[in-house]
Amino acid sequence: MDAIVLWLTSLFPQMAVPTARLIVHIVYAAILSFVAPVVLVVAFTYMERKVIARIQDRVGPNRAGPLGMLQGFADAIKMLTKEDITPAGADRIVYNLAPGLAVIGVVLVFAVLPVAPGVIGTDLSIGILYVVAVGGIGTMAVLMAGWSSNNKYALLSAFRVVAQLVAYEIPMVIAIIIVVLTAGSMRMGDIIAAQNVPFLFTLPVAFFIFFVANIAEIGRSPFDLLEAESEIIAGFHVEYSGMKFAFFFIGEYMHLFVSAGIATTLFLGGWRGPGASEASILGALLGFVYFLAKTVLLIFAMMWVRGTFPRFRIDHLLDFGWKFLVPVGLLTLVAVALVLKLPFLSSPVLQWVGLLVANVAVIVVALAAVSLAARRTRSVALRSVAGAER
Amino acid sequence: MPTNVVQIVVFAILTLMTLGGGLGVVSSRNLFHGALFLVLSFAGVVGYYVLLDAGFLAAVQLLIYIGAIAILILFAIMLSRGLMSQRQSQRNEQWWIALLVVVLTFVVLAVVLWQVDWPVASDQALASPSVAISQLGQELLGPYVIPFEVASVLLLVALVGAVILARETET
Amino acid sequence: MVLSDFTFVGILILVAVLLPIVGLGLAWLIRPKKPNPIKQSTYECGIETIGDTWVQFKAQYYIYALVFVVFDIEAVFLLPWAVAYHQLPLYALVEAVILIAILVLALVYTWRKGALRWS
Repeated sequence: MDAIVLWLTSLFPQMAVPTARLIVHIVYAAILSFVAPVVLVVAFTYMERKVIARIQDRVGPNRAGPLGMLQGFADAIKMLTKEDITPAGADRIVYNLAPGLAVIGVVLVFAVLPVAPGVIGTDLSIGILYVVAVGGIGTMAVLMAGWSSNNKYALLSAFRVVAQLVAYEIPMVIAIIIVVLTAGSMRMGDIIAAQNVPFLFTLPVAFFIFFVANIAEIGRSPFDLLEAESEIIAGFHVEYSGMKFAFFFIGEYMHLFVSAGIATTLFLGGWRGPGASEASILGALLGFVYFLAKTVLLIFAMMWVRGTFPRFRIDHLLDFGWKFLVPVGLLTLVAVALVLKLPFLSSPVLQWVGLLVANVAVIVVALAAVSLAARRTRSVALRSVAGAER
Repeated sequence: MPTNVVQIVVFAILTLMTLGGGLGVVSSRNLFHGALFLVLSFAGVVGYYVLLDAGFLAAVQLLIYIGAIAILILFAIMLSRGLMSQRQSQRNEQWWIALLVVVLTFVVLAVVLWQVDWPVASDQALASPSVAISQLGQELLGPYVIPFEVASVLLLVALVGAVILARETET
Repeated sequence: MVLSDFTFVGILILVAVLLPIVGLGLAWLIRPKKPNPIKQSTYECGIETIGDTWVQFKAQYYIYALVFVVFDIEAVFLLPWAVAYHQLPLYALVEAVILIAILVLALVYTWRKGALRWS
């Protein structure tokens, strides 16, 4: 960004640096709010449909354009030309505000996403906390949509979503605290700089928690209770049609991308890779390619999960969040804090090994606890069956 | 545009949001709308913190007040019998007591604002926000460690109380 | 005129608000508008909807929200600690462990009381 500002001022010598920076900011904001939604939604709906189709042994979209690649544009035109229906009993103002709020909440997260070396909206000192905080806007939009539709399914779905978002925000924040603890900063740039070894390899448990919690936060399968078709039809947006529905959809796919991008930044070293640097345009481009590749890889993993796991039941979902992810997260947090203060792990390499050992130990303890608990519930169940027969 | 003008315009918008939201909370007949106005008011306060260059506080305000407490309030409204659809009356016979209390509070606050000589931090103190967060952590775990721990005990007590109350009403 | 790091966030809010406005405006121009009472009735699997939507829900949801608020605030307390951790002496670990222990106590209590059981 600074390089572009410099280039602009060299191109127009009479332009002041603040003015140039303002222009660059406005252009970048416009890219994030207008170009990114279209590109991301078209690209990732296509990818999702193809991947899921292949997992289910189908072909997927193949009519619109070569290999069906224009399917996304066809869908966009359809959405634009659909009639907009507002149910008679709806609370009009809240009903109309909700879709906009949903998409704005996601766009705001992009402000701190480092997509390439030196390319980030603003590298806030509270970076990652900002991401979590802004996520609350989406929750509010869901509640507003569910309530204002005056539809029982929508309201029920909104309740479920919020209970789910709330249950998985805590493990996510704990995973983030583990990363912040290791990196010593909440700034995205510092977190990337701290990853000489990507945190995926030193903090695998934190990555697992973050990844799972993220899937739940986006509300994707297997955590897609909010749109369990057999129970509550389509979820909090049943009553929405046309462009307003499209905004929820856009919000969801942008959320998918930005969460994978944040996970890449926190755990996969962001744009880092051989040759990526802020110094040259080529280095920056290379960094962007690394960032994109890692992010798409994570998105592919999420689609894979969607294609293979059955949907959770709500009590299982809440239990998994509160009774498994939260305790495991806290345990990891303490273990990591301990390792970072051990005096004999003075060199970075030793520290990485120590972190990895601590994480593996946490995995072992967690698995042992889970199998113990499973055995106990099984024996209780067996005993009650035996008691009933007697 | 000079920085000052932008700051004043932003401040005016935020004030409109905060005070307008507050007015909406007490004047809207629909409780759900009232809660949404409260969110608007909270959002204005987030903006104030940003203007004061207190990024951490702004994010915490957004996270806790809008992301958690407002949701709790909305849940409470939605879960209370008969509060959702019924349009509540705006006043009862005790309105004059409330007015008295409000006027008194206003007078006290105004006097305090007037009398106290508010220290203005020098620009050096606000040098770098990320240093500020680190400093905050060091202060919290250094001189202020007792409040730090007591706060968590307070939260524990609050949770215990809430669980007991909620359990009792359910059975 | 750089106010702070947050200037970009402000610009982004202003520009992002245009997205729904432009999108909905465009759709408003080209979409059909033929409302009728049947179309606007509340969707409910083909039958008329009975009773009020805004009815009371399970109090269970509220407990989950409450536990969430408590944990959220605790997490906020832990963040400055995490940022400053490298500069802090060893006793900071002990202090944080006490905080986390109290947090775990809260979790164990709600768990034991069955407040985290979906009934």
